Amino acid sequence: MIEELLFQLELGLPQVVLGLVNGAFYALLSLGLAVIFGMLNVINFAHGAQFMVGAFVAWMLLNWGGIGYWPALLLAPLIVGAFGVVLERTMISRLYKLDHLYGLLLTFGLALIIEGLFRNSFGSSGLPYAPPELLAGPPVDLGFMFLPKYRLWVVVAAVVMSLLTWIVIEKTRLGAYLRAATENAALVQAFGVNVPRMMTLTYAAGVALAAFAGVLAAPIYSVNPQMGSSLIITVFAVVVIGGMGSILGSVLTGFGLGLVEGLTKVFYPEASSTVIFVIMAIVLLARPAGLFGRA
Amino acid sequence: MADPLLKVDGLQAWYGESHILHGVGIEVHEGEVVTLLGRNGAGKTTTLRAIMGLVGRRSGSIRFEGQELVAARSDRIARAGIALCPEERGIFASLDVTENLLLPPVVRPGGLSLDEIYALFPNLKERARSPGTRLSGGEQQMLAIARILRTGAKLLMLDEPTEGLAPVIVQQIGRTIREIKQRGFTILLVEQNFRFAQTVADRHYVMEHGRVVDAVNNAEMAGAMGRLHEYLGV
Repeated sequence: MIEELLFQLELGLPQVVLGLVNGAFYALLSLGLAVIFGMLNVINFAHGAQFMVGAFVAWMLLNWGGIGYWPALLLAPLIVGAFGVVLERTMISRLYKLDHLYGLLLTFGLALIIEGLFRNSFGSSGLPYAPPELLAGPPVDLGFMFLPKYRLWVVVAAVVMSLLTWIVIEKTRLGAYLRAATENAALVQAFGVNVPRMMTLTYAAGVALAAFAGVLAAPIYSVNPQMGSSLIITVFAVVVIGGMGSILGSVLTGFGLGLVEGLTKVFYPEASSTVIFVIMAIVLLARPAGLFGRA
Repeated sequence: MADPLLKVDGLQAWYGESHILHGVGIEVHEGEVVTLLGRNGAGKTTTLRAIMGLVGRRSGSIRFEGQELVAARSDRIARAGIALCPEERGIFASLDVTENLLLPPVVRPGGLSLDEIYALFPNLKERARSPGTRLSGGEQQMLAIARILRTGAKLLMLDEPTEGLAPVIVQQIGRTIREIKQRGFTILLVEQNFRFAQTVADRHYVMEHGRVVDAVNNAEMAGAMGRLHEYLGV
């Protein structure tokens, strides 16, 4: 019995590793959502669209400007982040005093508009984006499987980016302002911190994280207008499970659920696309604030 | 006499639809400790919050070092050199003691250094890594005061720093206020306890129903006791 399980696991290990790659995207996207929600109290439903725009910007930079993957990894988040600044200043900042629901509705509307615009201009079939030369070559031999270098890079990049975000929020002065403003923004502003500007930049940073994930995703998934909306529903489940607004929670839950999804593919493939939502339902019933959230 | 450091004139303030302040006028000169006395709901806290830019709507005039601040946002008011230690103390739970202490940005030179602050509040040094809200009430109050001494703000507004604290801690806070006055800070203090106020202040304003109704020099306090008892209902 145990031997059989081990055998199955060995056969399934590749699925688990691939689950980790999916987990990398869950982690990055839910991290951005957590940063935005923690600070602005806005549930950014446009996050998936911003992820998709990140991938498209990388594609445009390459095909229209001849700018390759590595510069795009920096430029696309900056460009999409700047777009985030405009959104926050002109629309989202007007909603801070209202219920969460208004922010959710606004950003949901924005997501539909952005997606629609891209579908009109680029159609719904995907556009190819080749991985950078450095990461193209033959797959890495992990002993039990061959993993394309690029997927390994995705996991590494997501871990590093999550760690950087965590350091900024937990260990720096800026992070202390952010954490304090989450508790009492008016007082932080009364100490002389320009809180409205900080909120704008936080939104931009969250959006930039989505775009960064979008660029990472471009060579794996084909670049298409729906790539965000299909992912974002799962990511919202991840955020609910991890606990809204918890940075560490969203990263750990992101990777963790990627793994769980991979494992489910091994043992009970029929459930692999629903397992996250089952966990979400259980967590909501047992611990509504999420695994890492503060009640 | 020199121009006052802070001159508030005809200050009106609203929270939503409720009109709280109806034309408050006070002056605070450099180096003074001035208190606002009055019963609960007289508008003392709202006066401090209105000066700091923390009420919904306000009108009238708030001049600090000659600069008009009534329309300014609270971060600009802070940068002009005014700091508030709020009634609820505002210690951040997700920050440890040192982070709480270092949170308010330095707005000008002239604030105390961290060493000077620790010399003034040795307890805080011992508890440097504790989460801010693990401190006792007295320590939290010390932290809330200490926090605004670093910033270089000239005018410190303390909202009921003795509220709910044991007598021995109240005495300690009294000593601290006298000490920081000696170092050249100007203090606007909200108090319900006029016996405490008497031990630290130079002048007192009495507020009722969102207006200043009386002003007493500390030296004349003994003669004004009858009046004060009547105002404060004690």
